Amino acid sequence: MSKQAKAGQVADEQPMRTGAQCIIDGLVGAGCEVLFGYPGGAVLDIFNCLYEAPLHFVLTRHEQGAVHMADGYARATGKAGCCLVTSGPGATNTVTGLATAYMDGIPLVCITGQVPLHLIGNDAFQEADVIGITRPVTKHNFLVRTADELPEIIAKAFYIATTGKPGPVVIDVPKNIQKQMTARRAPDAVEMRAYHPDVEADPAAVARLAELINQSQRPLLYVGGGAVNGDASAALAALARRANIPVTTTLMAMGVFPEDDPLSVRMLGMHGSVAANYAVDHCDLLISVGARFDDRVTGKISAFAPRAVIEHIDIDRSSIGKSVRADVGVQGYAKPVLEALLPLVREARHDEWLEQVGRWKDRFPFTYTQRAGEIMPQFVIEKIYEVSKGQALVTTDVGQHQMWATQYFRYTKPRQFISSGGLGTMGFGLPATIGAQLGRPDALAVCVTGDGGVQMNFQELVVAVERQLPIVVVILNNGYLGMVRQWQELFYGHRYSGVMLGQTERRPNEHVAERPVYLPDFVKMAEAHGACACRVTRSEEVAPALEKAFGSGQTWVIECIVSPEANVFPMIPPGAHVAEMINRTV
Amino acid sequence: MKHIINCLVENQPGVLARIVGLISGRGYNIETLNVGPTADPTVSKMTIVVPGDAHVIEQVTHQLSKQVDVIEVVNMTNRRHLNRELILVRVAVGDHQHRAEVVDLASLFMARVVAVQEDSVTVQMVGNQETVDDFLRLLKHYAIVDISRSGVIAVGREAGENGGK
Repeated sequence: MSKQAKAGQVADEQPMRTGAQCIIDGLVGAGCEVLFGYPGGAVLDIFNCLYEAPLHFVLTRHEQGAVHMADGYARATGKAGCCLVTSGPGATNTVTGLATAYMDGIPLVCITGQVPLHLIGNDAFQEADVIGITRPVTKHNFLVRTADELPEIIAKAFYIATTGKPGPVVIDVPKNIQKQMTARRAPDAVEMRAYHPDVEADPAAVARLAELINQSQRPLLYVGGGAVNGDASAALAALARRANIPVTTTLMAMGVFPEDDPLSVRMLGMHGSVAANYAVDHCDLLISVGARFDDRVTGKISAFAPRAVIEHIDIDRSSIGKSVRADVGVQGYAKPVLEALLPLVREARHDEWLEQVGRWKDRFPFTYTQRAGEIMPQFVIEKIYEVSKGQALVTTDVGQHQMWATQYFRYTKPRQFISSGGLGTMGFGLPATIGAQLGRPDALAVCVTGDGGVQMNFQELVVAVERQLPIVVVILNNGYLGMVRQWQELFYGHRYSGVMLGQTERRPNEHVAERPVYLPDFVKMAEAHGACACRVTRSEEVAPALEKAFGSGQTWVIECIVSPEANVFPMIPPGAHVAEMINRTV
Repeated sequence: MKHIINCLVENQPGVLARIVGLISGRGYNIETLNVGPTADPTVSKMTIVVPGDAHVIEQVTHQLSKQVDVIEVVNMTNRRHLNRELILVRVAVGDHQHRAEVVDLASLFMARVVAVQEDSVTVQMVGNQETVDDFLRLLKHYAIVDISRSGVIAVGREAGENGGK
């Protein structure tokens, strides 16, 4: 991460520019290549400058799509994602996307138009208090009051978004400011009196960590999104191998350590592997790297890692000890801390511990039972893994398919799995796939989604078709809001309330006696959006459909009609201990 | 336990809303909040009194420190410091006897009677948190008609602590 966020060029002559031009120059200067957005009255001046700007502008079909695309782009590339929307409804439509990025620590810069400064507070047309509305879901936000401060604000926005724990930053620009002239340029380097994100880890604490690692008999590395943001993959692997430590990752860190490595115990938490959760329960040292002990990871806090000394490495000081006691906390970026640890950590072997972990892995792999005549959703994920030779860049929505996508695919590279972790935003998957593909044109981008989530932002499919993006959208259609249905089955006595998504061959629903066979018809929908599409109803059709789509260079939607009541297991019920894990194979 | 947290922030619009929103959004309470300028016109000082156990206060402190516009956060309760609050309290007095008692009580606390009406007296008092609480506890025996409190302000007793730059 660059300590200097550059914006604009510093020329000897400083001609006057409009505020709108400052914005475009600022974006370009900060390295923005793709800008996602939607125009409107309060940003017309910026769009006017965009007309000849050296920027790839992507017109989305909804502002929520724009933010999720910028988010997917950021997660896939590690660069800040950028979006531009108008005032009022344009800005309020970004809120879910900003909250999604905020929870997961994703760098975004979102520019919103605002009514002219003198009209603010007047209930003007398309006015909303965007600064007030976005304050709790952004790392920071700015209301621009004069064009003179605009160049510096843009430089600061990128600096804030991409340093420390990254996050979204909103810049609210009143329309009159976009027309105002200024000769100001951004400073070469951003200096902020109150914001010092680059913390150097305390060497004494690092030494203490190393000592604990050297003493431990049963260590475990628990790795989260901070290791991805901090580009710590190589340092992590070096430490794990040198000190012979098994590794579990959170949803945010899939692939940061290769899941096909013998030291990997894969994901932990509510739907994590048995081996990972048992390892947490039995380890004597838990080394958390850029993870935040989310409730979906810990379950019952008081019973989490009960035998372990807990080390917590995080760039966000407020994250250390927030939900789980940290015996040793080190504030710092994951990579330098791990690199500092490495020479202090002795080469070790933990044969007994690794044999134990290995036995759990062998005894409790992710498994499911094939039901006759039905496509099992888990099977589809396995086929995506096989047909893509494990190389797909997988994005997801939220729910059962998301968990199966973690369980039945082995991720080997960071930024190979993109998903809304903290906020759990349905509708994230499709636009995020488009953003990711634009950021990584060579990737085989596969969106694993459900019949619920994909309908939340289906309109964005045209953006992929327009740009001839070879993304493949795989809809696991079980006719239900599956994860909610699963909870209703397990914890609410099979009372399926408000979870049926209109398909025949389901439970009778008196309100729709004469409905179409497929409601909606995803194949027709996809085709209406200009994409190639097919529906798969038998297991043997899955791999050929994927093969056809993966090689086609075109936008594809593959609807798989899957077993309606398959469940995600193992499952540790919310707030429960690992001993209460439900692990059935059906 | 109540903690007095001093916070130096950039003197910019929206900072107060951000701080208040942060604390309420995470489910913590603010008992009193005072904001004012410092010797440096670009810096404001906020004094926030937050009730909570050590874990809550640690979280509040770290969350505040993380804010982009927050320059420095000091938990004054953990340090040698002076704190003061100003209160104005109007007490109903039925007769001379009552009035004499209230005035007497005020003088014991070195509070000043600043207004006298036929049926009430208004007392101004400045003191640290403890003294103010004691005074108000004793006043409860009388009918308090109205009360205004400035909120606590605090200053460190040692050099270089939260004094602004």
